[in-house]
Amino acid sequence: MSRTLRRGDGFVIGGRVVLAACPDALVQLLLGRRVAFVSATNGKTTTTKLLAAAMGAAGPVLTNNSGANMPAGLVAALAMPAQRVADDAPVVLEADETYLPGLLRAAPDALLVLGNLSRDQLDRLSEVAMVARRWRATFSAMPGLTAVANADDPHIVWAASVISDVTWVSVGNAWTADSVLCPSCGAILRRDGRDWSCECGFRRPSPSWILDDGAVVDPGGARRELALRLPGRANEANAVMALVAAHALGVPAEIASPAMAPIGSVGGRYQTVTLGGRRVRLLLGKNPAGWAEMFGMLAPAPAPVVIAINARAADGKDPSWLWDVPFENLAGRLVVATGERRHDLAVRLAYAGVEHLTVEDPWAAMPTAIKPSGQPLDAVGTYTAFREMLRRAGGARDAG
Amino acid sequence: MPGDAAIRLVSIYPMLLGTYGDGGNLRVLTMRARLRGLQVEPVELDAGEPVPDGADLYLLGGGEDDAQVAAARALRRDRGLARAVERGAAVFGVCAGYQLLGKEFPGSNGVLEPGLELLDVTTGRLPKRAVGELLAEPVSSSLVELTQPLTGYENHAGGTTLGAGARPLARVRAGVGNGVGQLEGAVQGRIVGTYLHGPGLARNPQLADLLLSWVVGSSLPPLDLPAVDALRAERLAAVKPAKE
Repeated sequence: MSRTLRRGDGFVIGGRVVLAACPDALVQLLLGRRVAFVSATNGKTTTTKLLAAAMGAAGPVLTNNSGANMPAGLVAALAMPAQRVADDAPVVLEADETYLPGLLRAAPDALLVLGNLSRDQLDRLSEVAMVARRWRATFSAMPGLTAVANADDPHIVWAASVISDVTWVSVGNAWTADSVLCPSCGAILRRDGRDWSCECGFRRPSPSWILDDGAVVDPGGARRELALRLPGRANEANAVMALVAAHALGVPAEIASPAMAPIGSVGGRYQTVTLGGRRVRLLLGKNPAGWAEMFGMLAPAPAPVVIAINARAADGKDPSWLWDVPFENLAGRLVVATGERRHDLAVRLAYAGVEHLTVEDPWAAMPTAIKPSGQPLDAVGTYTAFREMLRRAGGARDAG
Repeated sequence: MPGDAAIRLVSIYPMLLGTYGDGGNLRVLTMRARLRGLQVEPVELDAGEPVPDGADLYLLGGGEDDAQVAAARALRRDRGLARAVERGAAVFGVCAGYQLLGKEFPGSNGVLEPGLELLDVTTGRLPKRAVGELLAEPVSSSLVELTQPLTGYENHAGGTTLGAGARPLARVRAGVGNGVGQLEGAVQGRIVGTYLHGPGLARNPQLADLLLSWVVGSSLPPLDLPAVDALRAERLAAVKPAKE
């Protein structure tokens, strides 16, 4: 399955060819370089892009900014870089959660940037607790690892706390339904805002960097406004993770932050395009945790919204997760349900009491009930539905 | 259900047993009752909270292994659900919530965990995880009112064997279901267990209304929801039944 957005399917196939000829390719390509792996259920592509931008402000950097985050995609990004860079340039790589343990064999001294873990594509990926357990077992056998990790996510802490050198960051976690139980002992966790603890003694580590209302507070207490072009609280969290990772890699916040601020889209996410003759802002909404951050990002009611649901392999083949999203929040606006699984969404919206239309292809003929306004129309898609909208709009414009 | 009293629906520990979207079953039942003008009191129990034994219908969903074990232990200690069943309350359990109603099921690391013994079924491990669309024909001798094909999505590693006290809910046409004897789900009195996610009651309105009719004590007037008909038509067309 090719997940590349920028360079077409041939890009990842190239990586597969290299891997077939040389199974050791990733080890060879990473030899002697400083490597950062960014992984999370949500925000890993954005965090990778922000971190690469931050590092890029200080010197050349190699990255897989195509979103191709499985081994073949990484090999392709490294073996066929967009431009030639020095042999000692740092590498910033986005890693799929399930592939991360295997990828680390090629970079046992990597810096890990670990954001969050929640339910996603449950037909393909493991249950959340199992991913965290596998990470922990891998990390504990690799004493050379260092990490920048989200102290507010108990699964992340469970996995990362076996690493001796961790910089804990508090960026919040809007979705807590997958970390009800203590990863250590199985008891129910106590929660108070971002803080959490268990009767067994496992608790949130004290963070040294904190996201606070659009600003980052460093270990010395100094406050710096993020001033991002990217919308939403989740992207502030991504930016703080990237900022602290850049700091760990030797690029200070005063250089990193201005380099991240002007980024306006990531692989087409948040990009305004023209579709069906309308100005449309493209958004990726692929799981309940992502949607928990989405409602605050949408143009406010009564602005209509298009939601495109597919359930192919890269989306997860079971769209039952639509029932974990409080779509009741969309009451008072019209929703256009589209995509291959639009009927699943329509049933969800019907039971939520949300006015909606079910349309196979709104971009061929936008329903007249959706009236043009000055603002772009928000269109949220699952991974492949988003990709399809982006393809029809002519692809991502954000440069690597 | 006495007179005009509200229907009391209890979703048991959705934070533990709600990983696969089964929280939707409570929303579906609540809306289908309200659209018929019935009063409904839906309740979602926090993990470990005592289970009130005076409700009409209890719902349990799918969850991760550790969460399933935690829920089963809390329910065994609490006994509220068992008392409610003795009183004649209805129960609808899905996946992990189906398995824990039985005698035993594989918990964390495959160690067998005792269930609530409300349903005469025993669950072991399937050789290969069952993941995909599930299509099944209701077994008419189990629930005569259920006539329409059951459609849903399954994602489990449990193989469930029915004892003499339980009847099969349906016969598998596509997918795995119980993984034993081409059967899917179990029925025992007013307890229904199934592997159907989707959620199961969103994709199978006849089953939702059957549960509600048990609570109300009479059948319910038809409810026209074209979106549900369209979803069923699309899903039934998408799944090829295995050859008989």
